[in-house]
Amino acid sequence: MGQKISGFEKEISGCSLTGFICEDGKRINGEAIIRSIASMNERSNGLGGGFAAYGIYPEMKDFYALHILYEDREAKEEAERILNESLLIELKDKIPTRKTKRITRPPLLMRYFVGMDENRLFELETSEEDYIVHIVMKINTEVKGAYVFSSGKNMGTFKAVGFPDEVGKFYRLEEYEGYLWIAHGRFPTNTPGWWGGAHPFTLLDFSVVHNGEISSYGINRRYLEMFGYQCTLMTDTEVMAYLFDLLLRRHHLPIEIACKVLAPPTWEEIDRGDGHMELIKALRIVYGSALVNGPFSILLAHKNGLIGLNDRIKLRPLIAARKGETLYMASEEAGIREICSSPDRVWAPKAGEPVIGWLREGHLSEFESSRARIPDREESKPMYSVPGVC
Amino acid sequence: MCVRQCAFEAHLYDPETLEVSSREEVCVGCHRCVTLCPTHALTIRRNSLDFRENANWTPWAIRNIIKQAETGGVLLTGMGNDRPYPVYWDHLLLNASQVTNPSIDPLREPMELRTYLGRKPEKLELDYSGERLQIKNPLPPQLKLETPILFSAMSYGAISYNACETLARAAEKLGTYYNTGEGGLHPNLYKYGKNTIVQVASGRFGVHKEYLDTAAAIEIKIGQGAKPGIGGHLPGEKVVEDISKTRMIPRGTDALSPAPQHDIYSIEDLRMLIYALKEATRYTKPISVKIAAVHNSAAIASGMVRAGADIIAIDGFRGGTGAAPMVIRDNVGIPIEFALASIDQRLREEGIRHQASILVAGGFRNSADVVKAIALGADGVYIGTAALIAMGCHVCQKCYTGKCNWGIATQDPYLQKRLNPEIATERLVNLIHAWNHEIKEMLGGMGINAIESLRGNRLALRGIGLTDTELEILGVLPAGR
Repeated sequence: MGQKISGFEKEISGCSLTGFICEDGKRINGEAIIRSIASMNERSNGLGGGFAAYGIYPEMKDFYALHILYEDREAKEEAERILNESLLIELKDKIPTRKTKRITRPPLLMRYFVGMDENRLFELETSEEDYIVHIVMKINTEVKGAYVFSSGKNMGTFKAVGFPDEVGKFYRLEEYEGYLWIAHGRFPTNTPGWWGGAHPFTLLDFSVVHNGEISSYGINRRYLEMFGYQCTLMTDTEVMAYLFDLLLRRHHLPIEIACKVLAPPTWEEIDRGDGHMELIKALRIVYGSALVNGPFSILLAHKNGLIGLNDRIKLRPLIAARKGETLYMASEEAGIREICSSPDRVWAPKAGEPVIGWLREGHLSEFESSRARIPDREESKPMYSVPGVC
Repeated sequence: MCVRQCAFEAHLYDPETLEVSSREEVCVGCHRCVTLCPTHALTIRRNSLDFRENANWTPWAIRNIIKQAETGGVLLTGMGNDRPYPVYWDHLLLNASQVTNPSIDPLREPMELRTYLGRKPEKLELDYSGERLQIKNPLPPQLKLETPILFSAMSYGAISYNACETLARAAEKLGTYYNTGEGGLHPNLYKYGKNTIVQVASGRFGVHKEYLDTAAAIEIKIGQGAKPGIGGHLPGEKVVEDISKTRMIPRGTDALSPAPQHDIYSIEDLRMLIYALKEATRYTKPISVKIAAVHNSAAIASGMVRAGADIIAIDGFRGGTGAAPMVIRDNVGIPIEFALASIDQRLREEGIRHQASILVAGGFRNSADVVKAIALGADGVYIGTAALIAMGCHVCQKCYTGKCNWGIATQDPYLQKRLNPEIATERLVNLIHAWNHEIKEMLGGMGINAIESLRGNRLALRGIGLTDTELEILGVLPAGR
């Protein structure tokens, strides 16, 4: 049967998270996000910090940017053999870093800008994105000591063991400019500091920072395995990233609907609702195994938007704010005020209600196809009303 | 009092001497007389008359040989396998939240047990054309349950009319389902149709258009945990007027269910019957297929799902029966824990787990067994014996005699009256309410507020006292890891 029970060390951690999106596409350097996450250092313990930034490689925006960590040379050779075999490497270099006091003995950190051979895709009868996912999974599972941080276009993930502000300095983030940033400070209690274990977790254009513990991890993971996702990191946040990938990219669900899969209304609310709850009811019936149970607040970034979401009974903090064209979200209001002292509006999103910021028209690519057809909605309000909830 | 209560005639009254005497050797240990004795004069203990100690030739082995030497027949028995095989539920422990994720208090927060059984699409397709976002295709038919517990197939014939009515009424009150077994459906019970799963078994007793139309779902019975590979036999004495009508067979004739369904000799034959029933009911009802847990259940289950079954029901070797050959009941089949674990895993590996719901049956004793089964991968649990015990059964295993002193497994009008459906319904509803409360407490303790987050969540389980192989089959880690 080949059934494997993985030696599972669930990542048990409390965390800080923050993020913002400039909906007008304005690019801001990494200094702001470092200040924001640093203001919440109390929520992390120096065992992991990380950032994801979008819009940072405009010259290379047509290539997939692979950020890869290697623990040793063998891992690098082995992974590069796979990359050379399966992809066209346009550019390869070391991820620029600087020495800091407390980040010691960093692993090899490389980035590759890759394209692919269309004939090969044609032969394999697969899409570009599925192929990249396949390669990422292959490196993560088959190459010991190699781990792909991120694999999207015009974006990258930077993470390490350390307090997040140190991590930001280490990676020289002030030298990058992005229109969307997310960051995370970790407070793990039972996992050793491992670079790969820091947030964000990224697959293609999706990256997730997460504060919480997923009590439904066991079934979420088994559900994802049915669709070919291998959860290799032994943490539950990875599950979040893969769930979004499945629901949004492969099942073509709009983001609001995907959020309702992860944090659905109660049956009581569904029963009370009128006809339009049929959709939500069907979602719960079909996607029960994708319900993410347990406390969480997450930020999900995609090249076209930033989404914040809480678990269905809001067991972890999340605050949102808006100033002009910029949407901010953070674990604490302090994290927002640090970089935006007088927001137009500050609010606490309700349990299970996604807060979404979209990059405006002109910057949209394939993702708008599902989005454009959804009726207009006001920010922080779902497109359908859930009685008793909002 | 005791003389009247005992259908096995263990108590005798001699009108000449005005004395009551007992025949201990025929006592089945059903406690009817003890429970009702107004003076508390009776106790039942195992008779101390014993054979010489012998680890191989136990009294049980010797007595069975003596019985067979007398009769030349197959030894019959009732209820589930009572031999001391391991109970794997007792080797599984549940998890709870501490500090890093909050446990949830079911008295303060919503705690959801609602379950839908039936085939699900792999993904939902949405229709963006209207004003409101809608699903493109309606879902296949689903059974909605307010608790993950259903009542197992027990036929009218094996159990009394009052017992059937009790199951039906309780299922309605609880928002769940009971199963008719292969005995047909008494016309008085048609009103509980929306809480009824009707069975189509090898004898086809009582199967007709209204029977199928009335039900919420249809179950094709291939096998039963207590007697895998064996048919059924309702003796002619039990086929009284009402039963003959319900089963559509002449009064007083033996009701014989063949061992196989004679139109199902292969998986493709099963497919034909599944689709015949779907056609007959215009694809409005889920079709379940029930098998006994046997060695290659996982492969069989995969075939059943591919043949079109919307629900697969698996009955473990502890599953009960009204009558079965003892040698079969005690020696054939495998534990439901293993069958469930391997089936759930196999269906996932093949990427078809969503195409059918899994129901498990066979000796579920309490809410912890139910929770563990769901964590192993079941959608719901059928209980039979536990439901009968709630009604008054004391598990004396004499169901096959038709002399049930508690009025459950009998057609004797005198004995039947002893089961008051009103009271029995209340007791059965109480039992499930109690289990629901306990399940909610366990879920909340794990920091989960919806049962779908437990379903197949094997990380909620740890094994204790199990070998590596057993752990591997169950897909759980040992305690401490």
